[in-house]
Amino acid sequence: MNIVVCVKYVPDAQADRTFNEDNTTDRSNVDGLLSELDEYAVEAALKLVEGSEDEVTVLTVGPDGAADAIKKALQMGAHKGVHVLDDAIHGSDAPATSLVLAEAVKKASGGTPELVLMGLASTDGTMSVVPAMLSERLGLPQVTQLSTLEVADGVVKGRRDSDTASDSFEAPLPAVVSVTDQINEPRYPSFKGIMAAKKKPVETWSLADLGVDAGQVGLDNAATKVTSFTARPPREQGEIVTDEGDGGTKLAEFLAKAKLI
Amino acid sequence: MAEVLVLVDHTDGQVKKNTAELLTLARALGVPSAVFIGSSVEAARPRLAQFGAAKVYVVDNPDVTGAVAAPLAEALAAVAEQASPAAILLPTGGVNKEAGARLAVKTGGGLITDATNVQPGDGGVATTQSAFASNYTVESLVTKSPAIVTVKANAAAPAAAQAGATVVPVEVTVSEVAKAAKITGTEAKAKSGRPELTEAQIVVSGGRGTSGDFSPVEAFADTLGAAVGASRAAVDAGWYPHSNQVGQTGKQVSPQLYVACGISGAIQHRAGMQTSKTIVAINKDEEAPIFELVDFGVVGDLFTVLPQANDAVQAAKS
Ligand SMILES: Cc1cc2nc3c(=O)[nH]c(=O)nc-3n(C[C@H](O)[C@H](O)[C@H](O)COP(=O)(O)OP(=O)(O)OC[C@H]3O[C@@H](n4cnc5c(N)ncnc54)[C@H](O)[C@@H]3O)c2cc1C
Ligand SMILES: Cc1cc2nc3c(=O)[nH]c(=O)nc-3n(C[C@H](O)[C@H](O)[C@H](O)COP(=O)(O)OP(=O)(O)OC[C@H]3O[C@@H](n4cnc5c(N)ncnc54)[C@H](O)[C@@H]3O)c2cc1C
Repeated sequence: MNIVVCVKYVPDAQADRTFNEDNTTDRSNVDGLLSELDEYAVEAALKLVEGSEDEVTVLTVGPDGAADAIKKALQMGAHKGVHVLDDAIHGSDAPATSLVLAEAVKKASGGTPELVLMGLASTDGTMSVVPAMLSERLGLPQVTQLSTLEVADGVVKGRRDSDTASDSFEAPLPAVVSVTDQINEPRYPSFKGIMAAKKKPVETWSLADLGVDAGQVGLDNAATKVTSFTARPPREQGEIVTDEGDGGTKLAEFLAKAKLI
Repeated sequence: MAEVLVLVDHTDGQVKKNTAELLTLARALGVPSAVFIGSSVEAARPRLAQFGAAKVYVVDNPDVTGAVAAPLAEALAAVAEQASPAAILLPTGGVNKEAGARLAVKTGGGLITDATNVQPGDGGVATTQSAFASNYTVESLVTKSPAIVTVKANAAAPAAAQAGATVVPVEVTVSEVAKAAKITGTEAKAKSGRPELTEAQIVVSGGRGTSGDFSPVEAFADTLGAAVGASRAAVDAGWYPHSNQVGQTGKQVSPQLYVACGISGAIQHRAGMQTSKTIVAINKDEEAPIFELVDFGVVGDLFTVLPQANDAVQAAKS
């Protein structure tokens, strides 16, 4: 079973993330990396192909720097990479991103993929919608936000937790699957992995390579636009007391004064 | 005026508060109509009428539930085809975001998730969201119709406005591919008896600093009538269920009061709680970043501070 894992290159959450003048995400002045939640998808894919001849292809749609996200996944053990890179993609909304991904998945798998694995959410847009959109576009079943994953005899099974219940899902392959950060413990690249990654093939495709018209993507064609952004005013630090045997009492006094009890 | 569809969140016809909030918001955008999935619409109708639903589109088909995205999206698409709505509002949560996502692809409409406000805008539906761990507030415009917006709890105060709530049954035939992913078993989670995390006025959370003993956190929560939250460190250690996790990969909460006990305040935890009205923390380490956010902080051991606070609050209440 050959697997395509979709990974996103995102600004580091530890840095001061911000926006550009055109209200798009600043992806050049903030250090980027492989979205941490996509490491779980890469790990899940590697576990599924372990001990077989099957291959894992990592696919990203993103700017120049997104090559780093592919590199990290290759270092973890993925076999090859595909980077869809085209200036016309800048500012794409989620539907347009899923359109590009759908065409790239088809091309990368020579028609229909056997399994597409994705993360719970990107750590920048955090929408958790691209897997559902990709499933819709590819006409494949969607089994998403799984905290366990099992693939056998052409069937994918897993558990999805909601607030009120744990549901066991299953679907026939091929399917689009996303996994949560509860599913596994992503491996760190080993020294051997880092060296091996240097020789792994990475292809770079443009929109033209995918047969996607630039008029379907990008900021100007988005169905949603950010019109303004405002930094939340920093919270003003209130009173900090050190417990000298009366910390709890003081806390209760604060709550009473603030009319919270 | 164009119709605005609101997906009803209900349990056996018992309509949840978020639906009343969405109907209230929908009235500013057009004529609200409810979309009801299931067989108990008669139980739901009075409440839907009370909050202004002109029509109630009913999809009563065993292939469509609120728990699987693809059939739900097909049902919503069938209703949208009939109603040609200007906007479709869904409560954030469950599979609704994903159903909205599929609907955006089907209809060509724009999608906004986790909105905290929805209103008429210049050239489309305008929304408000948080971005980058709630460090930013973002205003957006949906320029392609229908505007598909998933809305967070407490986005509006429900305001009654009686309407007809005329039932309109909608026939839906779910495609084979949408039926291919299915639920083969369900295990209900035990109810805690405490308020729901995302709706609670007060949340008391515990982190790694509890060392696995949540009893003082729970006791204080019960005294305050609060929900209990947990950091990911506490969840990963198996001390508390994942459904109680607060943060980027857990719940985003915005209560009147958030009490963080033995939680350091990592950016991913802040992402879920820093829009709380008042924040209080108890932490042994005076350098803990959580103190940057607090209105009141106690540098101390939660195992002595919490029980004392609990006694003092109980005394003040009685
Ligand atoms: C602050 C902010 C707000 C935004 N608001 C909106 C909005 O309201 N509406 C809208 O339509 N768009 C919005 N966008 C744009 C949207 O985030 C991007 O189009 C993005 O590529 C898809 O959404 P996501 O990042 O939320 O992905 P999610 O749906 O959260 O991602 C889930 C999974 O999809 C895969 N994936 C996502 N993006 C890529 C990629 N580029 N390459 C490979 N795999 C990928 C990964 O496996 C990922 O784990 C916003 C972006 C930002 C940064
Ligand atoms: C992609 C990603 C997503 C994430 N999502 C989330 C998320 O949704 N939610 C989340 O919470 N985290 C999330 N994290 C993890 C986050 O980065 C932190 O690791 C986590 O929040 C730490 O939890 P903590 O504060 O309980 O533990 P720690 O950081 O270990 O802090 C424990 C604190 O307890 C204090 N303490 C110890 N003993 C006592 C005592 N007896 N009394 C008082 N104080 C005491 C210590 O001084 C310390 O400050 C995510 C991380 C990543 C990479």
